Amino acid sequence: MKKPFRMLSALAATAAMTLGLSACGGSPQATSDTITYWASDQGNNLDDTAAKLKPSLDRFTEKTGVKVQLEVISWTDLYNRILTAVTSGDGPDVLNIGNTWAVTLQETGAFEPVEGALLDAVGGKDRFLQTSWSTGGAEGKTPTSVPLYGLAYNMYYNTKMFKEAGIAKAPVTWDEFVADAKKLTKDTNGDGKPDQWGFTAAGASVSANSHQAFVRGLQNGGTLFDKDGQPTFDSDAQVAGVKQFIDLMANDKVMSPSDAEISQGAQKIDNLINGKAAMLFDQSPLKNFGARGFKDWAVAPVPMLTAGATGDAGTQSHVAGINLSVFKNSKNKENAIKLAGFLTSDAEQVALNTSYSSLPVVTGASGDPAFQTDEVKAKRDALASHSLPMPLIAKEGQMETLTGTAIKNLFAKAATGTVSEADIKAALKDANNQMAAAQ
Amino acid sequence: MSHSALDSSRAAAGSEPAPDPAPGPPENTTAPPLRKRRRSFLPYGLILPAAILEVLIHIGPMLLGIWIAFISLTQLNLTNWLNAPFVGLQNFINGLNPDSTIGQAFFSTVGRTLLYTVLVVGFSWILGMAGAVFLSSNFKGRAILRTFFLVPYALPAYVGTIAWAFMFNQRDGAVNQILVDTLHLFGDERPFWLLGQNSFGAMIIVNVWQLWPFAFLMLMAALQNVPTDVYEAAAIDGASLWQQFRTITLPMVRPANGVLLMVMSLWTFNQFNIPFVLFGAASPKEATLVSPLIYQNSFGSWNFGLGGAMSVLLLIALFIASVFYIRMVLPKGDDND
Repeated sequence: MKKPFRMLSALAATAAMTLGLSACGGSPQATSDTITYWASDQGNNLDDTAAKLKPSLDRFTEKTGVKVQLEVISWTDLYNRILTAVTSGDGPDVLNIGNTWAVTLQETGAFEPVEGALLDAVGGKDRFLQTSWSTGGAEGKTPTSVPLYGLAYNMYYNTKMFKEAGIAKAPVTWDEFVADAKKLTKDTNGDGKPDQWGFTAAGASVSANSHQAFVRGLQNGGTLFDKDGQPTFDSDAQVAGVKQFIDLMANDKVMSPSDAEISQGAQKIDNLINGKAAMLFDQSPLKNFGARGFKDWAVAPVPMLTAGATGDAGTQSHVAGINLSVFKNSKNKENAIKLAGFLTSDAEQVALNTSYSSLPVVTGASGDPAFQTDEVKAKRDALASHSLPMPLIAKEGQMETLTGTAIKNLFAKAATGTVSEADIKAALKDANNQMAAAQ
Repeated sequence: MSHSALDSSRAAAGSEPAPDPAPGPPENTTAPPLRKRRRSFLPYGLILPAAILEVLIHIGPMLLGIWIAFISLTQLNLTNWLNAPFVGLQNFINGLNPDSTIGQAFFSTVGRTLLYTVLVVGFSWILGMAGAVFLSSNFKGRAILRTFFLVPYALPAYVGTIAWAFMFNQRDGAVNQILVDTLHLFGDERPFWLLGQNSFGAMIIVNVWQLWPFAFLMLMAALQNVPTDVYEAAAIDGASLWQQFRTITLPMVRPANGVLLMVMSLWTFNQFNIPFVLFGAASPKEATLVSPLIYQNSFGSWNFGLGGAMSVLLLIALFIASVFYIRMVLPKGDDND
C-alpha cells in the first residue's frame, strides 16, 4: 500500500506544481495595502527612473499607508505589456501610457473612466492644461486616462558648432533650417566625406517617424485622416510633408545615412553631444545632457514652412506626454485612485517633472521657479500654442505603426540608394491600404 | 520526450493481461489482481502531468489560434473576445488576395522565407557535417575544438543575436571595421548590413552561426555509430575519402539526417527571435519573414484575426510538408538501420 500512496502523493505534487506554474504568469499578488504600478521609462534608464520616482512613492506610503509595488517598463516593451495586460485582464492597478495611445486603449474598455471618485481624486479637469487633458480619450467620450507628464517637440542645437559655422541665430523657417544644416555639414578630417552633419534623427524609430508624418503633414496642409475617419496617408500634402523629412538624408544630404539605423532617441542625442550633428528635434533631451555634463546647447522652436505660421500650418509638435490610467480590473481601486490623485497633485507634479525634465500638466505647478527656464518656457509655448493631439481615433496605434514603419523603410532606402517622390507615394499608399484593411 | 513517454505508456497500456492465477494458497490468489490494478493505473498516472502540460501549452493555444482566424478580433473587442463577430473565411480571403497589399506581402514573404530556410539549413548542414567528419578522427585538441564549436549553441539566442547586431552596425560595427578599414574591401563606402538587400544575408549569417552547432552535435553522435572497420575495408579496396564519405558515411547517417533536416527546417521557417532582435519590431522589407509578418499584422495593426488566419495557413502548409517528408524520407519503424 505504501508505493501507490507515494505515487499518488508525487502526482498530486506534480499537479500542484503545474497549476502553480500556470498561475505564475500574472502580476505578483498584491495585499490589500499594496498596489502595483507600471511606470514608463522617463529617466536615463530603468534604474534611474525608479530612483527618481521612489521619493514620491515613499511620500505616498507615508501619507496613506498604502505600499506601491513599482515596475519601470522600457518604451520598447510598454505597448505590448499593456496589450498583454488588457488581453488577460490581469494587469497592474495603475499604469502609465503614451498619451497618443489613449484613445486606442480606451476602446478596449480595460481602464477606469475618469469620472466620479477618480475625477474627484485628481481634482477635476479644470486643474489641468487643456491641451494635455484633451489627450485622455476620444472627443465626446469620458476619458480613461489623466495627464501625468507634459512634453512637446523643440529643436535643440549645439551652440559651439553653430558658432564655428558662423550661424548667429537658430533657423525659423524650413528653408533656413535646411540652409543652416548644409553649412553645418562638413568634412572635418579631410577624407573627402562629411563626418559632421547638420541634423540627426532616429530614422528607425517608428513612433518618432509617425510624429513627424503628423507634424510635417499638417504644416503642408495635410491630415492623416479625413473627416469621415478614412486614412489619407498618401495625399499630396502628406507626401510633400514626408518628402521634406526624408529629403534631409536623400537629397539635402544634411543627415548621416547612419541615422537610418538609429532606433533609440538617446543615440541621436549622443550625436549632438559628441559634435557629430548640430541639430535635432526632441521632447526632452535635458536628462541626457545633464548626465553627460553637456552645456553647449540651446533650444528653439521646430522650424515651420513660413515664419509665424499659426493654426494647423503652425504645428510644431503633437501634444506629447504620458498619461496615467487605473485598471478596471484592479482589486485595490480605492487605493489606485488615491495614487492617481497623489501623483497629479501640485507638489508631486513639481517634484516629478523637475526630475524628468518634463512639463507639469496642472496649472497650479507651472508657476514653480523650477519651470521658469528658457527650455521649459519654449516647451510650454510649443505645447500650449503650436501643438495638436495626434488623431484621437481608435486606430491611432495602427496608424503610428504603419506610417512610422513606412518612413523607417524610406530612410533605409535613402541610406542605401536613392528615394524618389514616387517611392514615397508608393510607401505611404501601401501603409494607407493596410490601414484601410484594418478598419 | 513526449514521444518516448507515449510509446512506453502505449506499450504498458497495451500489454496483455496476466494469466489467471493458478490455484494455490489464499495470499497467491489476491496478489495478481492488485498488481494488475496498479499496473493499469501506473501508465496513465505517469502520463497525466505531461498530458496536462501538453493541453495547457500546445493544444489549448493552438485551438484558440484557429478560432481567432475565424473572428474579427481587434482592440475594440479584445477584452470580450468570446463575443467577437464571426467572419468565416474573410480573414483568409484578405490574407490570400494577391491583388491586395496584404496578400502581396504575404506571398512574397512566404517565398522569401522558403529561400531563407533552404539557405540556412543548407549552410548549417554543410558546416555541421564538415565539423563532425573533421572531429570524428582522433587528434590532439579534439575535445577543446568540440567545446569551441558548441559555444554558439550554448549561448542564449538573444545574447548572440544582439552581439551580431552591434557587429553589423554600419558606422561602428566590427564587421565594417574589419572588411572596410582593415581589408579595404568595398572601396570607400561602408555598407549597411542591417538595411536593404544586405539585411537578408546578415540574417542568414546569424542564423547559420546559431544553428550549425546543433547539426554538428547530431551528426557527430550519428557518426559514432559507424563502425571504423567499414572504412578500413573500403580503404583497403582503394576507395578515396570522397567515395568513403558518399557511399559509407552518408547512407549510415541517413536516419539522423532525416530527423535533423526536418527539425532544422521547421525551426528556420518559423524563425522569429533573430529578425526581432536584429531589426526590431519592423523588419526591413527585404528581410521580412513569415513569423515577424504575422507579428506585425497581429500586434502592429492589432488585426489578430488576420494574424491568426496567416498562422493557420502556415500550420497547414507545414503539417502537409512534414507528413510528406516523414513518409518519403524518414525510415520506417521496422527498419533496423
